[in-house]
Amino acid sequence: MKPYGILAEFANPDTLWQACERVRDSGFTHWDAHTPFPIHGLERAMGLKRSWVSLVVLTLGLGGAAAGMGLQWWASTQAYPLVVSGKPMFSWPAFVPIMFECGVLGGAMGAFFGFLGLSRLPQHNHPLFNSTRFEGFSDDRFFISIEAEDPNFDREGTESLLRQAGAQYIEMVEA
Amino acid sequence: MEIATPNLDAVSIAVPERGLWTQLPRIGAGLGIAGLVLTWLLGQADPAQAIHSYLVAFVFFLSLALGGLFFVVIQFLVRAGWSVTVRRLAEHVMATLPVFAVLFIPIALGVHELYHWSHADAVAHDPILQHKSAYLDISAFHLRAILYFIVWSVIAVYYWRQSQRQDQMGAVSITRRLQTLSPLALIGYALTQTFASFDWLMSLDPHWFSTIFGVYFFAGSVVAILAVIILLAMALQRAGALHDLVTWEHYHDLGKLLLGFVVFWAYIAFSQFMLIWYANIPEETEFFAARWNTDWKSFSIFLAVGHFVLPFFFLLIRDVKRRRITLVAVSCWLLVMHYVDLYWLVMPNFHHEAPNLNPLDLTAVIGVGGVFVAVLATIMRRRPLVPVKDPRLAESLLFENA
Repeated sequence: MKPYGILAEFANPDTLWQACERVRDSGFTHWDAHTPFPIHGLERAMGLKRSWVSLVVLTLGLGGAAAGMGLQWWASTQAYPLVVSGKPMFSWPAFVPIMFECGVLGGAMGAFFGFLGLSRLPQHNHPLFNSTRFEGFSDDRFFISIEAEDPNFDREGTESLLRQAGAQYIEMVEA
Repeated sequence: MEIATPNLDAVSIAVPERGLWTQLPRIGAGLGIAGLVLTWLLGQADPAQAIHSYLVAFVFFLSLALGGLFFVVIQFLVRAGWSVTVRRLAEHVMATLPVFAVLFIPIALGVHELYHWSHADAVAHDPILQHKSAYLDISAFHLRAILYFIVWSVIAVYYWRQSQRQDQMGAVSITRRLQTLSPLALIGYALTQTFASFDWLMSLDPHWFSTIFGVYFFAGSVVAILAVIILLAMALQRAGALHDLVTWEHYHDLGKLLLGFVVFWAYIAFSQFMLIWYANIPEETEFFAARWNTDWKSFSIFLAVGHFVLPFFFLLIRDVKRRRITLVAVSCWLLVMHYVDLYWLVMPNFHHEAPNLNPLDLTAVIGVGGVFVAVLATIMRRRPLVPVKDPRLAESLLFENA
């Protein structure tokens, strides 16, 4: 069977942190860390770049606001012009709350779907679940997984790197 | 119960004992006295202009102190951990509140120059003012002012003193007591600052009323205190204090709050505007008519763009909140815009047709500002700049943005 990659288990957040820095410095790109709780600053130890989510939120937020205002402009001046309380057809102050809400809706959608999309979720299954030991990631274990498709991956070398970094247990996971 | 606190060296938690910082009390007092005397002398020729300029300057610096009071009390109310290292700066700012009772005297004496409702003959021919005469009454106005200053001074001095008592004793019970009292203090603050803004600002136009006005004043004052905390911390760090105590994580969060309150200010300002515009009732629309159907229009647009549109998009950017030059720039800008906001509230009641900048505007700001800076610098000297034994200090020092 084709291997998915190597799974290495660490005793605590400190050793995981140091191991992440070593893996990062060795130039790996297709790898991840798995912890039962968020560890602040681990993204730096892993060398992760800033997420694109905020740009998605900004774009969809501004787009939502523009669409909200545009819809009201179209409805009240083009499609069905109607004088309301003696005010101009395009009474923009009255349209601001809707514009604001549409902007918020767009931004929230952007955050939700942008996050899912960039995390490649939802997925039916993941090869790491082939390891029974991996179940501990949601309980009290700390893991690093390095994928076989990483250009730097070589079975013995990567394994010894992780062992030197303090891994307690190492396992090849099948794809 | 004692809790282990981090080691803090004496240099980093005190105002630097050299350079400008030691001179500030004297410089501030000199400028303050010069500014007040000049305002008084120049004001002889035009007392109404002088007292209006003075009111804007007074309310500007008062709003910083009131914003400080809000910032401190809300941190205790929500039991915040992140803000402990910057909370003391706000505590020092709010401790200037009793001084504003003295600075209020010119306004108390200038009631007739400022407030149309204070003239008995005007009220006699005005059914609306007769209707409001139980509230808009000179002695009631003075009594309420005394009440506001008592409430503010009691809250500010109590929190300020207790927080420093903890510096020596390190008792967690002090934090607990201040937390327990915080809802009470916040309610007292909310009511007094709402009615103070009604009395001193809204009643300049006595026919007009807006129930959201107190919140509008509050929103601006919180924007201002956040800018002041950022600038104070930056200035102290430049002079070598607060080293490692206020980090970019804290500045980032202050910047996020600044963004939040810029939005909140705009939200309240627009809510006030839209309801009045929509209902279109003359006694309500006169406020905006005076600021839109006159040469104040471009000033109003400048306020909306400068106090909301520009800082909103600027502060959205993450790096703006994590770089010295951009964060200092936007904080200074928002302080200026806060003054513009108060000027916009007050001056159309005096210069009806168009904005009319006067040297007295400047002398009044130098006068009140000088006194404010002198008192603040005196308070801050030889007193810890950080609540050194606060039980949440360690948490605050380790704080990181998610």
